[in-house]
Amino acid sequence: MKSEGITVSPTSGDDISPLNQSQSSVRQTVVLAGNPNVGKSLFFNHLSGMYVDVSNFPGTTVSLSKANYKNYEIIDTPGVYGVSSFNDEEKVARDVIVDSDIVLNVVNSLHLERDIFMTMQLLDMGKKVSVLLNFADEVRKQKIKIDSVKLSELLGVPVYETSAVDKKGFEFLDDAIQKARIGHTTKEIDKLLAREPYCSLPRSEALLILEGDEFYANKYNKPNGTADDREMIYVERRNRVNQICAEVEFEDTSKGKFLNLLGRLSINPLTGIPVLIIMLYIMYLFIGDVISQRVVDFTENTIGKNLFEYNLKKYVAEFTPSTISVQIVDENEEVTQQQEFNFPVNLNSDNNLKNEFLEFSSKPGAVTDFNFPNALPRLFFGEFGVVSMTVTYLLFLLLPLVIGFYLAMAVLEDSGYLPRLATMMDRSLTRIGLNGRAVIPILLGFGCVTMATITTRILGTDRERTIATSILQFVIPCSAQLAVIAVLISGAGVASLLIYIFVIFSVLLLISTTLNRFLPGQSSPLLIDLPIMRLPRAGNVFKKTYFRTIGFMKEAALWFLVGALFVGVLEVTGLLYSFQDLLAPVTTNWLKLPKEAANAFVMGVVRRDFGAAGLFSLNLSAMQITVAIITITLFVPCIASFMVMLKERGLKEGLIIWASTWIFAFVIGGIVAQIIV
Amino acid sequence: METRTLDQVKKGNYITIMQLPSGNIKVQLIRIGISVGDKVFCLERLPGGTIVIQKNRQEIAIGYDLARQITFSAH
Repeated sequence: MKSEGITVSPTSGDDISPLNQSQSSVRQTVVLAGNPNVGKSLFFNHLSGMYVDVSNFPGTTVSLSKANYKNYEIIDTPGVYGVSSFNDEEKVARDVIVDSDIVLNVVNSLHLERDIFMTMQLLDMGKKVSVLLNFADEVRKQKIKIDSVKLSELLGVPVYETSAVDKKGFEFLDDAIQKARIGHTTKEIDKLLAREPYCSLPRSEALLILEGDEFYANKYNKPNGTADDREMIYVERRNRVNQICAEVEFEDTSKGKFLNLLGRLSINPLTGIPVLIIMLYIMYLFIGDVISQRVVDFTENTIGKNLFEYNLKKYVAEFTPSTISVQIVDENEEVTQQQEFNFPVNLNSDNNLKNEFLEFSSKPGAVTDFNFPNALPRLFFGEFGVVSMTVTYLLFLLLPLVIGFYLAMAVLEDSGYLPRLATMMDRSLTRIGLNGRAVIPILLGFGCVTMATITTRILGTDRERTIATSILQFVIPCSAQLAVIAVLISGAGVASLLIYIFVIFSVLLLISTTLNRFLPGQSSPLLIDLPIMRLPRAGNVFKKTYFRTIGFMKEAALWFLVGALFVGVLEVTGLLYSFQDLLAPVTTNWLKLPKEAANAFVMGVVRRDFGAAGLFSLNLSAMQITVAIITITLFVPCIASFMVMLKERGLKEGLIIWASTWIFAFVIGGIVAQIIV
Repeated sequence: METRTLDQVKKGNYITIMQLPSGNIKVQLIRIGISVGDKVFCLERLPGGTIVIQKNRQEIAIGYDLARQITFSAH
């Protein structure tokens, strides 16, 4: 690949240019590694030019960017606090670092004591390292002095002062790659590594085994270091880091940063809740109004239904019998004209009728429904057709929503707000067996439960993932469903809204406290670093949004397809409709709703908003509406999030949660119906 | 100097970390920058007991259950 467009200044006086020397040998791998929020990506973007290969690391949502630069392969790793395996990001970073030839360790100069800890670990691993001391300008602004020459001396590796945001220090990168070397290791660790069985292993992997990494212990079939060994290593390392920092860092204690104030305000509930409300309101304006009303309306109806599905189905109808009904709908969504076209052979068997149909269906406001009597075309191109539904649903409904939500999350994340929100919510979430971090998947759930279910991976323990997944699948209405519920509730009044919120919130507490009580084990406590508050950077935000959206699409697309196939088979075989009959007695007697409301529930299995939308035409009383929306909120999640849940939580747990949503929906809905209707 | 657990720290106090819980969590604490002997400042103590401490320019949030397992001495 090319590397033009990247300016490289001559290296500092050295005649030999190792950049050209490795032509004959194997390409070397250069890894950018460091703590979160240190600016690794800015360096990566500079080195990569425009040819970047992004791939999800197998089995994780963690994305890895790779690019070629001169004779090197450059890899950007996720930000981590150390080389170990506490979560997916760390496992990915660990493997990439272990396999690398050279590590460019990016360090936040403002957080030297935290960041040098990882540097020290890299040195102890015996890696060739260069340190990029980033945020150098910021450090000067805050009147801190860091003696980088001394630091380089103490670490035994080159240190370069950079300020990536202002594109300063990029000229050192070539030098940093070439001059990277093995630094000073920690003496006590050397002693431990000199023992059997570690001395016969590659140093970096031996150190990880000693530090308790089970993956590498299994790989070499060697025992992990004892808890004492590991603790000793960490304490020694920490002492050395503190010592080094004391020698190289001089501070002029001047305080008073403005953005810090906002950061402080968003942590304490007294001021933090108003901040949260304002934030949610802005998010609502952006996602609820702009994305889900305007953008989705255009993509789903205009592009998806009227353009894509219409043309696809029209094409299919040229080969197979079809009945086509066309309605002309005015601005108030009232049907003004309606006509049905019957093609017993195919579209071309009756040219007059075909022309009439084409003309009628191209009038403004035309809504065209194709019905294919034959099973196979119906399975693939019918109302729930595998091809037609998957494409419309995934690309034209979900994609804009997912992008919108990931964009909002990236802004919140990059600004430093999200960890503060997690801190504020920590105590409330602890009561239900989660910690503050769980606020992220739950917030995402209001966008798309499928997306949020994948995100539960960021939680510390399996126990927390089970609790969070259950909350998502039971009580969190996704944006598609929320839109329909909002319309129904606005017709039903304030009492209805209050009952709805009360019931859903009670169920949330009931489920989560029950799970918290009976699930074995313990949830992990909150321990997070609060990064400085800053204005989000557009580059970071778009990059994160892009990678996550691609990641989501890759993970979810297949399951949408499988789900659509499953529902398609149910529809073609008529099983979908027998369900409706089966549910009818429960619907009328127990939930006190008209028989047709059962359709809403069954359709909800496919897509949550299908279910709710079916209720519009039923002429329900305010209290019936309340019962109906409570029931569909609690009722099973859409087929896609069901499939993703099975994949994430396993068959057994997934099925238990799924079956419980059926029971809960009808039991709770029924109890409410018996009281209020 | 008296020793208490971190959930009892008062906002605005400078304290010294005396003891950390053992196991995985200790490793994570040390790594993020909290170890025995560190002098830290209590920036915030939220209702319910989540603690935010400041060490140099770094701010770290610690959940109540974890804070209860860390001991400190006040200055």
